[in-house]
Amino acid sequence: MSDWIAVGDLNDIPQMGARVVSTPNGDVAIFRTRDDQVFALRDKCPHKGGALSQGIVHGSRVTCPLHNWVISLEDGEAQGFDTGCTATYKTKMEGTSVYFSLNKG
Amino acid sequence: MKQSLVVVGNGMAGMRTVEELLKIAPDKYNITVFGAEPHGNYNRIMLSPLLAGEKTQQDIMINDFDWYTQNEITLHAGKEKEVVRIDRKRKIVYGKDGTEAPYDKLLLATGSNPFIIPVPGKDLKGVITFRDIQDVETMIAVAAAKKRHAIVIGGGLLGLEAANGLLKQGMHVTVVHNLPVLMNRQLDAAAAELLQKELESRGMDFRMSANTVCFEGDEHMHVKSIKFDTGETLPADLVVMAAGIRPNTTLAQHVGIYCERGIVVNDTLQTYDPSVYAVGECIQHRGELFGLVAPIWDQAKVCANHLANYGIGIYKNKEVSTKLKVTGVDLFSAGNFLGENDSESIVFQDPKKGIYKKVVVKDDKILGAVLYGDTVEGSWYFQLMREKTSIADFRDTLLFGQHAKGDAGHQGVNTAVSMPDEAEVCGCNGVCKGDIVKAITSKKLFTLDDVRAATKASASCGSCTGLVEQILVATVGGNYNATPSEKAICRCTDKGHDTVRAAIVDSKLKTFHDVARVLEWKTADGCHVCRPAINYYLVCAWPTEKVDDSRSRFINERVHANIQKDNTYSVVPRMWGGVTTPSELRAIADAADKYQVPCVKVTGGQRIDLLGVKKEDLPHIWKDLNDAGMVSGHAYGKALRTVKTCVGSEYCRFGTQDSTGMGIALEKMTWGSWTPAKVKFAVSGCPRNCAEATIKDFGVVAVDSGWELYVGGNGGMKVRVCDFLVKVTSDAEVMEYAGAFMQMYREQGRHNERTAPWIERVGLSAIKAELVDNPEQRRAYHERFLESQKHAQVDPWAERASQAVEQFEFIPLTTVQ
Ligand code: SRM
Ligand SMILES: Cc1cc2nc3c(=O)[nH]c(=O)nc-3n(C[C@H](O)[C@H](O)[C@H](O)COP(=O)(O)OP(=O)(O)OC[C@H]3O[C@@H](n4cnc5c(N)ncnc54)[C@H](O)[C@@H]3O)c2cc1C
Ligand code: SF4
Ligand code: FES
Repeated sequence: MSDWIAVGDLNDIPQMGARVVSTPNGDVAIFRTRDDQVFALRDKCPHKGGALSQGIVHGSRVTCPLHNWVISLEDGEAQGFDTGCTATYKTKMEGTSVYFSLNKG
Repeated sequence: MKQSLVVVGNGMAGMRTVEELLKIAPDKYNITVFGAEPHGNYNRIMLSPLLAGEKTQQDIMINDFDWYTQNEITLHAGKEKEVVRIDRKRKIVYGKDGTEAPYDKLLLATGSNPFIIPVPGKDLKGVITFRDIQDVETMIAVAAAKKRHAIVIGGGLLGLEAANGLLKQGMHVTVVHNLPVLMNRQLDAAAAELLQKELESRGMDFRMSANTVCFEGDEHMHVKSIKFDTGETLPADLVVMAAGIRPNTTLAQHVGIYCERGIVVNDTLQTYDPSVYAVGECIQHRGELFGLVAPIWDQAKVCANHLANYGIGIYKNKEVSTKLKVTGVDLFSAGNFLGENDSESIVFQDPKKGIYKKVVVKDDKILGAVLYGDTVEGSWYFQLMREKTSIADFRDTLLFGQHAKGDAGHQGVNTAVSMPDEAEVCGCNGVCKGDIVKAITSKKLFTLDDVRAATKASASCGSCTGLVEQILVATVGGNYNATPSEKAICRCTDKGHDTVRAAIVDSKLKTFHDVARVLEWKTADGCHVCRPAINYYLVCAWPTEKVDDSRSRFINERVHANIQKDNTYSVVPRMWGGVTTPSELRAIADAADKYQVPCVKVTGGQRIDLLGVKKEDLPHIWKDLNDAGMVSGHAYGKALRTVKTCVGSEYCRFGTQDSTGMGIALEKMTWGSWTPAKVKFAVSGCPRNCAEATIKDFGVVAVDSGWELYVGGNGGMKVRVCDFLVKVTSDAEVMEYAGAFMQMYREQGRHNERTAPWIERVGLSAIKAELVDNPEQRRAYHERFLESQKHAQVDPWAERASQAVEQFEFIPLTTVQ
């Protein structure tokens, strides 16, 4: 079962960037790639809790601002030799409205 | 549909190419590998330690059979699987036992064959080579049978490693060399003599300048002695041929692929048959043959690229360096170490300690080097050699090495070999020697980049790079992938910084994606390494245009504050020349109260840091500080940081000039400018130098008759004292030099390279030539700097506090209840 939550308009999120959605269970980072795909991840790096929303987005990955781990936006997995995983959430778009679901994706 | 790739040769070159291919195009091919040895893929380099009993067969496997299964590679391994025929028309490969495999693309990686000296008796039992696991097994078996006498033919790298191993296995070993100098391809006579003495002291015997006439056998056709042209005969239970290698072209020649000394390939590693590629010791590229793995790694990369149809990358042969893998013998050589007509040798010799260092120099560039007994500086000399750095400025200390300068973080240790496993190598990331060794062996790492990625050692400040390289060399053996001469910016490209910069200017590129398209980036959006670098190059090249892309900046520069470990931020207002006022201090105090700043700290740069500010408070605290007349201190940026000053002539009883005033003037001129890495200035009012100006990027020291200007200092991870640039008499000259220096650095420094390493790379003379000896050029730099400052000196805090710029950075998109 998905409870879709509207978070705003696609154009409020910078391309190759992210915005934060505050939730009772902590922040969620909503990412927008250059080709307008949208991903939602828990805003917490599996390494030492860096805010992934603050990182540099490239392709469908983000580099954590604290120690440069690279995290896949698709499945939240740390890339390369690093190991760790951040929770991901489902997203969908209706027109330019962005939704995500707090049920784990 | 998948195509088929068949690889002949299951050795280091072939499998490295397959690994590179799997990285970039995992689904392109069905891969089949034929190998004439009954093993997975192992590290041939480690046969020496295997023979010496320092490693086990398990230790030296790179890819065991499971790896082939996991990657869905069909492996035909064993003597009977040797490929003996290829039908190039129908594109089918045949093994000796009839196994066949069709291909779309074929990769030949057949390695080389040891050279067997053509004398009678060479085919006797007990006369072997040193090439594969089987050879090592034979040697160990002979030694275990308590046979005593081993003869090694060849006093080169391979021969000495074989001899050392056999000695360790308890045999009596005589090395036979046809020249008077051991390892003559790597060593000069002096170093070779030290080496020979050392090996003799371990019990090795030598017959130098010796010519073998024949080997004599017993009634079982087993070797029993060797005979020289002097008439001397020595007993021999085992003879190991290590007199060189020849590319193994048998198969290629047999099927009509064009060969000369090796299989001839072009710059893409393609043979004369377009469906057939070749890599490794079997090839000949632009007349060169290969015998070490470093160039082979490069070949593998390029070849994989073409097999993947990426069509980028050409193979260029580069200088290599060598190291002998005999435990306890420290030896390094690279380049042309014998010198030529008009070259000079700088030599250091300490016979008692057994140390010998020679660096061959021509026109102030290093041509080659031989080091014996103390090889710590090997990789430094090698780098200077490949970068063609002028050594004019530090010629007199060259032989004392780079480590004459201080290194923070690893207790000044400079040799990794003697470090215990639990010793910390990388102080930034807390990585011990044992962690690195473990990662190298368990994750099968071969390059510095891989070790960095896997362990984080040397990934932060980089000051332990030399140590990590040494550990890598000691663990994987001689030649791992050393730093290439033009180092690629990152994994997204093969291009180096200077190439990219030139292209930006020449082709008038204005965005990252223009650069990526024109220079054929391998990734769509680059990564966190290349994007900020290119963004800086764009900002520097087009100062009057809006090319800056906030998405390519690290968070600190994007939101103009330093991110902290708990994701809060710090705020450091500029305090011109370290001078403040009661009203500024009051405003800072008020702001700290209002925004409940948990920590207020005086920084090492003479200003005040408000630590622990919440992101959403940033624009507001900035507004308050702006209202009190303060602007951003750029404590977060690759930009001008502080201009540290001392009291100076206004108050100090020793002051000769107004250092505080000068500092403020310099800061007002240079603030706001983006630079390759951070820049710090300081001005001292007399040579007592209370502002520590001689360890700053640009330092000014007042003297009675004017100002002394210093450049390239660094007080951070690797302390570097400034070089003296010039002495001037007027304030205006100080300003002009400062602006000109900034601009020259902005235009030439590589992203993330501070002025200290920049100057070490290009040489002080190059800087003096443009700034001191050429006043016109100095003025031109200065003017370009002022021009770009017109557009750069906008307070980023004010822009954001007024809500005009990038508000979205500071507020959540929404809040879910
Ligand atoms: C705040 C301050 C420490 C302090 O409380 O005194 C400081 C704090 C940081 N320094 Fe520093 N450095 C501070 C003065 C220095 C000094 C002393 C100086 O400037 O006189 C040095 C040595 C001098 C030099 O740079 O040559 C110094 C050498 C470094 C280095 C090593 C640079 C190098 O080239 O070796 C780094 C790492 C880097 O830049 O990559 C660094 C990096 C950092 C960073 C930005 C680390 C980071 O990326 O997050 C620290 C931010 C801490 C934080 O959580 O906000 N900091 N740092 C000082 C700010 C001065 C200012 O007013 O702007
Ligand atoms: C003892 C020793 C120490 C060394 N030390 C160093 C060092 O310190 N530093 C360094 O850089 N280099 C060193 N080298 C050299 C390095 O090992 C080689 O450069 C490297 O292995 C070459 O790789 P390759 O794939 O071209 O050849 P190989 O690794 O020899 O692989 C070729 C493979 O192809 C197989 N083969 C050949 N023909 C056929 C066929 N027709 N069908 C099927 N299979 C076939 C062979 O059996 C072999 O397994 C050393 C070499 C040795 C032997
Ligand atoms: S402030 Fe500087 S020295 Fe202190 S912990 Fe941070 S980076 Fe290291
Ligand atoms: S917290 Fe993300 S890399 Fe360290």
